[in-house]
Amino acid sequence: MATDPIHQFQISKWIPIEIGGLDFSFTNASAFMVATVAGAGAFLFLTTSSRGLVPGRLQSISEMAYEFIASMLRDAAGSHGMRFFPFVFSLFMFVLVANLLGMFPYFFTVTSHIIVTFALAILVIGTVLVYGFWKHGLGFLKLFVPDGVPGVLMPLVVAIEVVSFLSRPVSLSVRLFANMLAGHITLKVFAGFVTSLGALGVAGAAGAVLPLAMTVALTGLEFLVAFLQAYVFAVLTCMYLNDALHPGH
Amino acid sequence: MFVTPGFAQEAPPALDEAHTVEGAAQGGGDFPPFNTETYPSQLLWLAITFGLFYLFLKRVALPRIAGILEVRRDRIAQDLDEAARMKDEADEAVAAYEQELAEARKKAGGIAQEARDSAKAEAEAERRKVEEVLDAKLKEAEGRIADIKATALADVGVIAEETAGAIVGELVGGKVDKKALAAAVKAAR
Repeated sequence: MATDPIHQFQISKWIPIEIGGLDFSFTNASAFMVATVAGAGAFLFLTTSSRGLVPGRLQSISEMAYEFIASMLRDAAGSHGMRFFPFVFSLFMFVLVANLLGMFPYFFTVTSHIIVTFALAILVIGTVLVYGFWKHGLGFLKLFVPDGVPGVLMPLVVAIEVVSFLSRPVSLSVRLFANMLAGHITLKVFAGFVTSLGALGVAGAAGAVLPLAMTVALTGLEFLVAFLQAYVFAVLTCMYLNDALHPGH
Repeated sequence: MFVTPGFAQEAPPALDEAHTVEGAAQGGGDFPPFNTETYPSQLLWLAITFGLFYLFLKRVALPRIAGILEVRRDRIAQDLDEAARMKDEADEAVAAYEQELAEARKKAGGIAQEARDSAKAEAEAERRKVEEVLDAKLKEAEGRIADIKATALADVGVIAEETAGAIVGELVGGKVDKKALAAAVKAAR
Protein backbone atom coordinates (compact mmCIF):
# COMPACT_ATOMS: atom_id res chain seq x y z
CA MET A 1 0.00 0.00 0.00
CA ALA A 2 2.93 2.34 0.64
CA THR A 3 3.71 2.39 -3.07
CA ASP A 4 0.15 3.09 -4.15
CA PRO A 5 0.57 6.27 -6.23
CA ILE A 6 -2.94 7.47 -5.37
CA HIS A 7 -2.45 7.19 -1.64
CA GLN A 8 -0.74 10.59 -1.44
CA PHE A 9 -3.98 12.31 -2.46
CA GLN A 10 -6.03 10.77 0.33
CA ILE A 11 -7.74 13.16 2.63
CA SER A 12 -7.76 12.22 6.30
CA LYS A 13 -9.71 13.98 8.98
CA TRP A 14 -7.76 15.55 11.76
CA ILE A 15 -10.56 17.31 13.60
CA PRO A 16 -14.04 16.08 12.62
CA ILE A 17 -16.56 18.91 12.24
CA GLU A 18 -20.07 18.36 10.96
CA ILE A 19 -22.55 21.20 10.39
CA GLY A 20 -26.04 20.63 9.00
CA GLY A 21 -25.23 17.16 7.78
CA LEU A 22 -22.24 18.41 5.78
CA ASP A 23 -18.72 17.38 6.62
CA PHE A 24 -16.54 20.43 7.30
CA SER A 25 -13.79 18.53 9.09
CA PHE A 26 -10.34 20.01 9.50
CA THR A 27 -8.37 17.61 7.32
CA ASN A 28 -4.79 17.26 6.14
CA ALA A 29 -5.84 19.31 3.10
CA SER A 30 -7.08 22.07 5.42
CA ALA A 31 -3.84 21.88 7.39
CA PHE A 32 -1.78 22.37 4.23
CA MET A 33 -3.98 25.25 3.12
CA VAL A 34 -3.23 26.86 6.47
CA ALA A 35 0.46 26.04 6.07
CA THR A 36 0.48 27.50 2.54
CA VAL A 37 -1.18 30.72 3.63
CA ALA A 38 0.82 31.04 6.84
CA GLY A 39 4.12 30.28 5.08
CA ALA A 40 3.55 32.69 2.21
CA GLY A 41 2.17 35.41 4.48
CA ALA A 42 4.97 35.04 7.03
CA PHE A 43 7.60 35.09 4.30
CA LEU A 44 6.24 38.26 2.72
CA PHE A 45 5.78 39.88 6.12
CA LEU A 46 9.07 38.95 7.76
CA THR A 47 11.36 39.51 4.77
CA THR A 48 10.10 43.05 4.34
CA SER A 49 10.05 43.93 8.06
CA SER A 50 13.39 45.75 7.90
CA ARG A 51 12.12 47.90 5.00
CA GLY A 52 15.68 48.05 3.72
CA LEU A 53 16.44 50.74 1.20
CA VAL A 54 18.97 48.29 -0.18
CA PRO A 55 17.15 44.95 -0.05
CA GLY A 56 18.68 41.77 1.28
CA ARG A 57 18.27 38.50 -0.60
CA LEU A 58 14.98 37.51 0.96
CA GLN A 59 13.53 40.99 0.70
CA SER A 60 14.57 40.94 -2.97
CA ILE A 61 12.49 37.79 -3.48
CA SER A 62 9.39 39.47 -2.06
CA GLU A 63 10.01 42.58 -4.15
CA MET A 64 10.65 40.55 -7.29
CA ALA A 65 7.41 38.64 -6.79
CA TYR A 66 5.60 41.93 -6.32
CA GLU A 67 7.06 43.56 -9.42
CA PHE A 68 6.72 40.37 -11.46
CA ILE A 69 2.97 40.17 -10.87
CA ALA A 70 2.53 43.94 -11.06
CA SER A 71 4.16 44.18 -14.50
CA MET A 72 2.29 41.07 -15.68
CA LEU A 73 -1.04 42.59 -14.69
CA ARG A 74 -0.17 46.03 -16.07
CA ASP A 75 0.90 44.54 -19.42
CA ALA A 76 -2.21 42.38 -19.74
CA ALA A 77 -4.91 44.64 -18.34
CA GLY A 78 -3.47 48.15 -18.32
CA SER A 79 -3.16 50.47 -15.34
CA HIS A 80 -6.91 50.10 -14.57
CA GLY A 81 -6.20 46.45 -13.91
CA MET A 82 -4.04 47.34 -10.92
CA ARG A 83 -7.15 47.40 -8.72
CA PHE A 84 -7.06 43.61 -9.00
CA PHE A 85 -3.42 43.42 -8.05
CA PRO A 86 -3.94 42.04 -4.50
CA PHE A 87 -6.28 39.42 -5.93
CA VAL A 88 -3.91 38.23 -8.66
CA PHE A 89 -0.94 38.35 -6.32
CA SER A 90 -2.79 36.29 -3.69
CA LEU A 91 -3.77 33.71 -6.31
CA PHE A 92 -0.24 33.47 -7.65
CA MET A 93 1.36 33.16 -4.22
CA PHE A 94 -1.24 30.67 -3.00
CA VAL A 95 -0.88 28.37 -6.02
CA LEU A 96 2.90 28.71 -6.10
CA VAL A 97 3.45 28.00 -2.42
CA ALA A 98 0.89 25.18 -2.40
CA ASN A 99 2.65 23.59 -5.40
CA LEU A 100 6.09 23.98 -3.85
CA LEU A 101 4.97 22.65 -0.46
CA GLY A 102 3.61 19.62 -2.28
CA MET A 103 7.13 18.86 -3.48
CA PHE A 104 8.21 17.85 0.03
CA PRO A 105 7.98 14.10 0.62
CA TYR A 106 4.93 13.07 2.70
CA PHE A 107 3.41 16.53 2.23
CA PHE A 108 -0.07 16.96 0.83
CA THR A 109 -0.54 18.93 -2.37
CA VAL A 110 -3.51 21.25 -1.99
CA THR A 111 -3.69 22.00 -5.72
CA SER A 112 -3.91 18.32 -6.67
CA HIS A 113 -7.61 18.36 -5.82
CA ILE A 114 -9.94 19.47 -8.61
CA ILE A 115 -12.36 21.10 -6.20
CA VAL A 116 -9.70 23.49 -4.94
CA THR A 117 -8.46 24.53 -8.38
CA PHE A 118 -12.04 24.72 -9.65
CA ALA A 119 -13.01 26.96 -6.74
CA LEU A 120 -10.11 29.27 -7.53
CA ALA A 121 -11.05 29.30 -11.23
CA ILE A 122 -14.68 30.06 -10.41
CA LEU A 123 -13.47 32.85 -8.17
CA VAL A 124 -11.58 34.34 -11.13
CA ILE A 125 -14.45 33.95 -13.60
CA GLY A 126 -16.94 35.16 -10.99
CA THR A 127 -14.84 38.27 -10.45
CA VAL A 128 -14.70 38.83 -14.21
CA LEU A 129 -18.49 38.46 -14.55
CA VAL A 130 -19.43 40.57 -11.53
CA TYR A 131 -16.98 43.34 -12.28
CA GLY A 132 -17.76 43.24 -16.01
CA PHE A 133 -21.51 43.64 -15.56
CA TRP A 134 -21.11 46.14 -12.71
CA LYS A 135 -18.74 48.31 -14.72
CA HIS A 136 -20.20 48.03 -18.23
CA GLY A 137 -23.76 46.79 -17.63
CA LEU A 138 -25.08 44.95 -20.68
CA GLY A 139 -22.16 46.44 -22.64
CA PHE A 140 -20.14 43.63 -21.13
CA LEU A 141 -21.91 41.29 -23.58
CA LYS A 142 -19.91 42.95 -26.37
CA LEU A 143 -17.24 40.54 -25.22
CA PHE A 144 -19.07 37.86 -27.20
CA VAL A 145 -19.52 39.98 -30.33
CA PRO A 146 -16.20 40.58 -32.09
CA ASP A 147 -15.87 43.53 -34.45
CA GLY A 148 -15.72 43.11 -38.22
CA VAL A 149 -17.50 39.78 -38.46
CA PRO A 150 -19.97 39.39 -41.39
CA GLY A 151 -23.62 39.22 -40.26
CA VAL A 152 -24.10 35.72 -41.59
CA LEU A 153 -21.32 34.31 -39.46
CA MET A 154 -22.30 36.29 -36.38
CA PRO A 155 -24.49 33.63 -34.66
CA LEU A 156 -21.77 31.04 -35.15
CA VAL A 157 -19.01 33.33 -33.87
CA VAL A 158 -21.07 34.39 -30.86
CA ALA A 159 -21.79 30.76 -30.05
CA ILE A 160 -18.08 29.96 -30.24
CA GLU A 161 -17.22 32.94 -28.02
CA VAL A 162 -19.81 31.91 -25.42
CA VAL A 163 -18.58 28.33 -25.38
CA SER A 164 -14.98 29.44 -25.09
CA PHE A 165 -15.91 31.76 -22.22
CA LEU A 166 -17.77 28.98 -20.43
CA SER A 167 -14.89 26.57 -20.88
CA ARG A 168 -12.45 28.96 -19.23
CA PRO A 169 -13.06 27.93 -15.62
CA VAL A 170 -12.86 24.29 -16.65
CA SER A 171 -9.60 24.64 -18.57
CA LEU A 172 -8.10 26.92 -15.91
CA SER A 173 -8.83 24.48 -13.09
CA VAL A 174 -8.18 21.21 -14.92
CA ARG A 175 -4.81 22.47 -16.22
CA LEU A 176 -3.48 23.09 -12.74
CA PHE A 177 -5.12 20.06 -11.16
CA ALA A 178 -4.03 17.62 -13.86
CA ASN A 179 -0.46 18.91 -13.93
CA MET A 180 -0.01 18.52 -10.19
CA LEU A 181 -1.82 15.19 -10.06
CA ALA A 182 0.01 13.63 -13.01
CA GLY A 183 3.38 14.94 -11.89
CA HIS A 184 3.04 13.52 -8.40
CA ILE A 185 1.72 10.18 -9.64
CA THR A 186 4.62 9.88 -12.12
CA LEU A 187 7.12 10.71 -9.41
CA LYS A 188 5.58 8.18 -7.05
CA VAL A 189 5.52 5.45 -9.71
CA PHE A 190 9.17 5.91 -10.63
CA ALA A 191 10.20 6.13 -6.98
CA GLY A 192 8.16 2.96 -6.37
CA PHE A 193 10.20 1.17 -9.06
CA VAL A 194 13.35 2.03 -7.15
CA THR A 195 12.17 0.40 -3.94
CA SER A 196 10.58 -2.65 -5.55
CA LEU A 197 13.60 -3.27 -7.79
CA GLY A 198 15.95 -2.67 -4.88
CA ALA A 199 14.21 -5.44 -2.97
CA LEU A 200 15.20 -7.96 -5.66
CA GLY A 201 18.83 -8.19 -4.65
CA VAL A 202 22.03 -6.98 -6.35
CA ALA A 203 20.80 -7.18 -9.96
CA GLY A 204 17.63 -5.36 -8.99
CA ALA A 205 19.56 -2.68 -7.16
CA ALA A 206 21.68 -2.13 -10.29
CA GLY A 207 18.55 -1.93 -12.38
CA ALA A 208 17.05 0.54 -9.92
CA VAL A 209 19.60 3.16 -10.96
CA LEU A 210 17.59 4.06 -14.04
CA PRO A 211 14.28 4.85 -12.29
CA LEU A 212 16.26 6.64 -9.58
CA ALA A 213 17.85 8.92 -12.18
CA MET A 214 14.40 9.38 -13.67
CA THR A 215 13.00 10.32 -10.26
CA VAL A 216 15.72 12.91 -9.76
CA ALA A 217 15.10 14.40 -13.22
CA LEU A 218 11.33 14.39 -12.67
CA THR A 219 11.76 16.15 -9.32
CA GLY A 220 13.57 18.95 -11.12
CA LEU A 221 10.86 19.04 -13.76
CA GLU A 222 8.16 19.14 -11.09
CA PHE A 223 9.73 22.19 -9.47
CA LEU A 224 9.60 23.87 -12.88
CA VAL A 225 5.97 22.78 -13.34
CA ALA A 226 5.12 24.04 -9.84
CA PHE A 227 6.30 27.52 -10.78
CA LEU A 228 5.05 27.39 -14.35
CA GLN A 229 1.50 26.41 -13.39
CA ALA A 230 1.31 29.21 -10.84
CA TYR A 231 2.58 31.59 -13.53
CA VAL A 232 0.11 30.31 -16.12
CA PHE A 233 -2.73 30.60 -13.64
CA ALA A 234 -1.78 34.20 -12.88
CA VAL A 235 -1.27 35.16 -16.55
CA LEU A 236 -4.64 33.73 -17.59
CA THR A 237 -6.28 35.47 -14.64
CA CYS A 238 -4.77 38.75 -15.86
CA MET A 239 -6.07 38.15 -19.39
CA TYR A 240 -9.57 37.29 -18.20
CA LEU A 241 -9.62 40.37 -15.97
CA ASN A 242 -8.65 42.38 -19.03
CA ASP A 243 -11.87 41.17 -20.66
CA ALA A 244 -13.80 42.47 -17.68
CA LEU A 245 -12.07 45.85 -17.91
CA HIS A 246 -12.18 46.21 -21.70
CA PRO A 247 -14.94 44.00 -23.12
CA GLY A 248 -14.65 45.38 -26.69
CA HIS A 249 -12.14 43.29 -28.61
CA MET B 1 -16.77 8.04 13.42
CA PHE B 2 -16.97 8.33 9.67
CA VAL B 3 -14.00 6.61 8.03
CA THR B 4 -12.63 8.11 4.84
CA PRO B 5 -10.75 6.14 2.20
CA GLY B 6 -7.65 7.73 3.70
CA PHE B 7 -8.16 5.66 6.81
CA ALA B 8 -9.33 2.78 4.73
CA GLN B 9 -5.87 2.58 3.21
CA GLU B 10 -4.36 1.94 6.59
CA ALA B 11 -7.17 -0.29 7.83
CA PRO B 12 -6.57 -4.05 8.19
CA PRO B 13 -7.08 -6.00 4.94
CA ALA B 14 -10.15 -7.74 6.34
CA LEU B 15 -12.05 -4.46 6.50
CA ASP B 16 -10.73 -3.14 3.23
CA GLU B 17 -13.50 -4.44 1.01
CA ALA B 18 -16.25 -2.98 3.14
CA HIS B 19 -14.63 0.44 3.18
CA THR B 20 -14.05 0.38 -0.53
CA VAL B 21 -17.69 -0.29 -1.06
CA GLU B 22 -18.55 2.55 1.30
CA GLY B 23 -16.16 4.85 -0.57
CA ALA B 24 -17.79 3.98 -3.88
CA ALA B 25 -21.17 4.73 -2.39
CA GLN B 26 -19.92 8.22 -1.52
CA GLY B 27 -19.75 8.97 -5.25
CA GLY B 28 -15.97 9.41 -5.47
CA GLY B 29 -14.84 5.85 -5.69
CA ASP B 30 -11.25 5.23 -4.72
CA PHE B 31 -9.92 8.31 -6.42
CA PRO B 32 -9.66 10.96 -3.69
CA PRO B 33 -9.89 14.11 -5.86
CA PHE B 34 -13.28 12.96 -7.15
CA ASN B 35 -14.64 12.05 -3.72
CA THR B 36 -17.44 14.57 -3.33
CA GLU B 37 -17.69 13.84 0.39
CA THR B 38 -14.58 15.94 0.95
CA TYR B 39 -15.76 18.91 -1.11
CA PRO B 40 -17.60 20.90 1.59
CA SER B 41 -14.64 20.71 3.93
CA GLN B 42 -12.16 21.67 1.21
CA LEU B 43 -14.29 24.56 0.01
CA LEU B 44 -14.85 25.88 3.51
CA TRP B 45 -11.20 25.76 4.50
CA LEU B 46 -10.09 27.13 1.14
CA ALA B 47 -12.49 30.05 1.61
CA ILE B 48 -11.25 30.69 5.13
CA THR B 49 -7.53 30.41 4.37
CA PHE B 50 -7.56 32.14 1.00
CA GLY B 51 -9.85 34.87 2.31
CA LEU B 52 -7.56 35.59 5.25
CA PHE B 53 -4.53 35.43 2.95
CA TYR B 54 -6.11 37.90 0.55
CA LEU B 55 -7.02 40.31 3.33
CA PHE B 56 -3.59 40.04 4.93
CA LEU B 57 -1.81 40.72 1.64
CA LYS B 58 -4.14 43.54 0.69
CA ARG B 59 -4.02 45.29 4.06
CA VAL B 60 -0.50 44.57 5.32
CA ALA B 61 2.03 42.87 3.09
CA LEU B 62 1.45 44.49 -0.30
CA PRO B 63 1.16 48.10 0.96
CA ARG B 64 4.39 47.54 2.83
CA ILE B 65 6.26 46.26 -0.25
CA ALA B 66 4.72 49.04 -2.33
CA GLY B 67 5.94 51.51 0.31
CA ILE B 68 9.46 50.12 0.20
CA LEU B 69 9.56 50.34 -3.58
CA GLU B 70 8.05 53.83 -3.51
CA VAL B 71 10.60 55.07 -0.98
CA ARG B 72 13.41 53.60 -3.06
CA ARG B 73 12.10 55.18 -6.26
CA ASP B 74 11.77 58.56 -4.53
CA ARG B 75 15.23 58.26 -3.06
CA ILE B 76 16.76 57.40 -6.42
CA ALA B 77 14.92 60.27 -8.10
CA GLN B 78 16.04 62.59 -5.32
CA ASP B 79 19.65 61.47 -5.66
CA LEU B 80 19.49 61.94 -9.41
CA ASP B 81 18.12 65.45 -8.92
CA GLU B 82 20.90 66.19 -6.47
CA ALA B 83 23.48 64.88 -8.91
CA ALA B 84 22.00 66.98 -11.72
CA ARG B 85 22.04 70.05 -9.47
CA MET B 86 25.68 69.43 -8.55
CA LYS B 87 26.57 68.98 -12.19
CA ASP B 88 24.92 72.30 -13.01
CA GLU B 89 26.91 73.93 -10.25
CA ALA B 90 30.12 72.44 -11.54
CA ASP B 91 29.28 73.60 -15.07
CA GLU B 92 28.62 77.10 -13.75
CA ALA B 93 31.92 77.14 -11.92
CA VAL B 94 33.72 76.00 -15.07
CA ALA B 95 31.98 78.71 -17.11
CA ALA B 96 32.89 81.37 -14.52
CA TYR B 97 36.47 80.18 -14.50
CA GLU B 98 36.68 80.27 -18.27
CA GLN B 99 35.23 83.74 -18.36
CA GLU B 100 37.70 84.96 -15.76
CA LEU B 101 40.51 83.35 -17.69
CA ALA B 102 39.40 85.07 -20.90
CA GLU B 103 39.18 88.39 -19.09
CA ALA B 104 42.64 87.97 -17.62
CA ARG B 105 43.97 87.09 -21.05
CA LYS B 106 42.34 90.14 -22.52
CA LYS B 107 43.74 92.32 -19.76
CA ALA B 108 47.22 90.88 -20.20
CA GLY B 109 46.97 91.50 -23.94
CA GLY B 110 45.91 95.09 -23.23
CA ILE B 111 48.82 95.67 -20.90
CA ALA B 112 51.27 94.22 -23.39
CA GLN B 113 49.82 96.33 -26.18
CA GLU B 114 50.03 99.43 -24.03
CA ALA B 115 53.64 98.73 -23.16
CA ARG B 116 54.41 98.11 -26.79
CA ASP B 117 52.66 101.34 -27.84
CA SER B 118 54.37 103.46 -25.24
CA ALA B 119 57.76 101.99 -26.10
CA LYS B 120 57.09 102.69 -29.75
CA ALA B 121 55.98 106.24 -29.03
CA GLU B 122 59.08 106.83 -26.94
CA ALA B 123 61.33 105.48 -29.61
CA GLU B 124 59.57 107.64 -32.17
CA ALA B 125 60.01 110.73 -30.05
CA GLU B 126 63.68 109.92 -29.54
CA ARG B 127 64.14 109.45 -33.25
CA ARG B 128 62.41 112.70 -34.03
CA LYS B 129 64.60 114.55 -31.57
CA VAL B 130 67.73 113.07 -33.05
CA GLU B 131 66.51 113.89 -36.54
CA GLU B 132 65.80 117.48 -35.53
CA VAL B 133 69.31 117.84 -34.15
CA LEU B 134 70.72 116.32 -37.31
CA ASP B 135 68.57 118.60 -39.47
CA ALA B 136 69.78 121.62 -37.55
CA LYS B 137 73.37 120.55 -37.98
CA LEU B 138 72.79 119.90 -41.69
CA LYS B 139 71.24 123.30 -42.17
CA GLU B 140 74.11 124.97 -40.37
CA ALA B 141 76.62 123.13 -42.48
CA GLU B 142 74.74 124.01 -45.65
CA GLY B 143 74.75 127.72 -44.54
CA ARG B 144 78.44 127.62 -44.01
CA ILE B 145 79.02 125.99 -47.37
CA ALA B 146 76.91 128.67 -49.02
CA ASP B 147 78.83 131.41 -47.22
CA ILE B 148 82.11 129.91 -48.24
CA LYS B 149 80.88 129.53 -51.78
CA ALA B 150 79.68 133.13 -51.89
CA THR B 151 82.93 134.41 -50.42
CA ALA B 152 84.88 132.29 -52.84
CA LEU B 153 82.85 133.54 -55.78
CA ALA B 154 83.28 137.16 -54.64
CA ASP B 155 87.00 136.58 -54.35
CA VAL B 156 86.98 135.15 -57.87
CA GLY B 157 85.52 138.48 -59.18
CA VAL B 158 88.15 140.58 -57.40
CA ILE B 159 90.98 138.34 -58.56
CA ALA B 160 89.66 138.45 -62.11
CA GLU B 161 89.42 142.23 -61.99
CA GLU B 162 92.91 142.51 -60.63
CA THR B 163 94.23 140.05 -63.12
CA ALA B 164 92.37 141.70 -65.95
CA GLY B 165 93.59 145.14 -64.77
CA ALA B 166 97.15 143.88 -64.64
CA ILE B 167 96.85 142.26 -68.07
CA VAL B 168 95.22 145.29 -69.56
CA GLY B 169 97.82 147.57 -67.86
CA GLU B 170 100.65 145.51 -69.34
CA LEU B 171 99.09 145.41 -72.78
CA VAL B 172 97.70 148.91 -73.03
CA GLY B 173 99.66 150.66 -70.37
CA GLY B 174 98.45 153.41 -68.26
CA LYS B 175 95.87 153.35 -65.74
CA VAL B 176 92.74 151.34 -66.29
CA ASP B 177 89.42 152.56 -65.07
CA LYS B 178 88.52 150.34 -62.30
CA LYS B 179 84.80 150.74 -62.80
CA ALA B 180 84.90 149.83 -66.41
CA LEU B 181 87.01 146.87 -65.57
CA ALA B 182 84.57 145.61 -63.01
CA ALA B 183 81.69 145.98 -65.49
CA ALA B 184 83.62 144.11 -68.10
CA VAL B 185 84.49 141.29 -65.78
CA LYS B 186 80.86 141.07 -64.67
CA ALA B 187 79.71 140.97 -68.27
CA ALA B 188 82.20 138.24 -69.08
CA ARG B 189 81.15 136.19 -66.19
